[in-house]
Amino acid sequence: MLGYIDKIKETSNRLLKESKVDMVMCFRKGTVPMINEPYFAKTPDDVDHFVWDSNCGINLANYLADREEKIGIVAKGCDSRNIVTHIIENKIKREQLYIIGVPCRGMIDKHTISDMFEGEIKEVTEEGSKITVKGDGFKETLDKKDVLQGNCTTCVNRNPVIYDELVADLVEEQKDLDRYADVHKIESMSPGEKWKYFDDLLSNCIRCYACRNACPLCYCPTCFVDEHRPQWVGKSIDPVDTRTFHFLRAYHCAGRCTDCGACERACPMGINVRMFTRKLEKDCMELFGWEAGLTLEERPPLDTYRPEDPDDFIK
Amino acid sequence: MKVIKIDKENWAVGLEKLHASYRLFGPVKEDNFHNFKELDKGEQPDFNFSNTLLSPKSLVHPQSEVMFEYSLDEKQEDHHVMKEIARDYSPRVVIGIRPCDAKAFLLVKRNFDTHEYKDPYWIKSYEATTFVGFACNTPAGTCFCTTAGCGPFHEDGLDLLIVDVKEHFLGIIITKKGENLLAAAGWNLESDSNAASKQIERIKQEAEARITSFVSTDKLRIKTTMELYDAPFWEDVAFSCINCGTCTYLCPTCWCFDIQDEHHGCSGVRMRNWDSCMYPLFTQHGSGHNPRSKKMQRVRQRFMHKLKYYVDKYENGIQCVGCGRCIRLCPVNIDIRRVCDIMNNFGD
Repeated sequence: MLGYIDKIKETSNRLLKESKVDMVMCFRKGTVPMINEPYFAKTPDDVDHFVWDSNCGINLANYLADREEKIGIVAKGCDSRNIVTHIIENKIKREQLYIIGVPCRGMIDKHTISDMFEGEIKEVTEEGSKITVKGDGFKETLDKKDVLQGNCTTCVNRNPVIYDELVADLVEEQKDLDRYADVHKIESMSPGEKWKYFDDLLSNCIRCYACRNACPLCYCPTCFVDEHRPQWVGKSIDPVDTRTFHFLRAYHCAGRCTDCGACERACPMGINVRMFTRKLEKDCMELFGWEAGLTLEERPPLDTYRPEDPDDFIK
Repeated sequence: MKVIKIDKENWAVGLEKLHASYRLFGPVKEDNFHNFKELDKGEQPDFNFSNTLLSPKSLVHPQSEVMFEYSLDEKQEDHHVMKEIARDYSPRVVIGIRPCDAKAFLLVKRNFDTHEYKDPYWIKSYEATTFVGFACNTPAGTCFCTTAGCGPFHEDGLDLLIVDVKEHFLGIIITKKGENLLAAAGWNLESDSNAASKQIERIKQEAEARITSFVSTDKLRIKTTMELYDAPFWEDVAFSCINCGTCTYLCPTCWCFDIQDEHHGCSGVRMRNWDSCMYPLFTQHGSGHNPRSKKMQRVRQRFMHKLKYYVDKYENGIQCVGCGRCIRLCPVNIDIRRVCDIMNNFGD
């Protein structure tokens, strides 16, 4: 994916020089390994700072909601699906955007890689499908496929679904995947085991809301946890309130979540926040044959009514 | 400098003895990171760490802390009366705190313990605590303590500083509290202070030499507040910020809290919870007006507070000890070192 950057810069420069857009959203190199910073360029000089590698996991669609400028945005598969969702939900207009599509080969997971080494990781570089990790007294080359972000391992939409221009040929999509093995595992648990699983999952939560705020879907002007007249949810780290936040947030994402992994990636405590949305994603697939963000032509299942909608749950 | 030698085989024995006089807290590995936890008898702190993921500030200023309880049941004689709850201020020791995190308590103290205002909960917790530091022999790449008024062997805020010299530990006695703790642990082997000092100095210099990241803060004081406030760079700095509370919650020097009443049925508590200047609700007025309704304003507030207002108000450096947690864990890599340099060099 390193090869994409020249084309990204060339396109961005052209768009800015021709005043087709007011800014281009991409990434600049992070100051610590395995994370790049979302960055916007307003001039060709700014474009020089752009990077594109396997550390661009943050979903840039998160920065689009309610903006009024004309924006160029570099979008991998999941970003593009959230752009579609934003357009459907009237958070941005299609004509405001120039989408620079990036066929994605997956992002690497900083938690997985950090956990593999005892000492501090000083540098992580990549070449093709190989990731080289250097630290104090160690240097190891890993296969990228073994250290992908969880959501990237089950992704079937690596190619952007909407774009004005592509930076490279489309990549082959992953096939024959067991996409919901993790959900099946939880589905097979007893209610008590499920309760324990989710309690354990949340035991480290510090209520910093990084998961919510990294999520492109969470653009409510006032989140329900911030409502204070009346206040709906307690502010302490009482497990009831922490659960309430995560459960309700997940339900707000039903039929909208693209499983981009931004929530999991953002969590400072390494909580796999996606486990709250994965089941909903699977249900939408099974009940409505729906995957979020694939088309501008159809309304999401939870904001339309069709007589044939499944209603078995009404007893 | 008075230095005590602690044989490593006596370490666990001493810790066990401490249980008779103190509650013990130390770094423990849970999942894939270390955090401070209360140690049970027989439980050892794990020093195989660079620093804990969360700062130890919660040991003195918990994320959620109940202050009062009350009853709304009018059949009760004392209904609608706030009653202070019983709290445990018995002696505690924090073992293995890094010098930066111990120094952070002193920065926070300037807010909680002033001539005008004294926060009783914070002060009592702080005073009940003995801080046993663990010198940082191998600082991380994100550590910039030496240019943030601190250092890997810094002693301010500590009662005792333990240095691991491989064959044994050396303990630098800093306060009377530290001395008392040594007595309680039975660690009393006086070392040749001269030789020990030289040995410590050498390891300290090696540790300091490992620090490769720095901030410049020399010009923050002379910058005009309003010029910094109105500077055009804030929009750029704030762009990537998602306005979560990660940086403030992990920070050992962020002290802001909110007070809430919570009741179930007729009984309730008044509690305080950490709050964050990154959240819009933090500044929401009763009228509905919000002076910091925009993301940029909140990002600016965080950095202006740490790097300008605090500098001006206390005339004692920045409100940061260079622990690097916010750099390592910001979901979008907003780096305080970069922002500090922008502010320090603004207008030059």
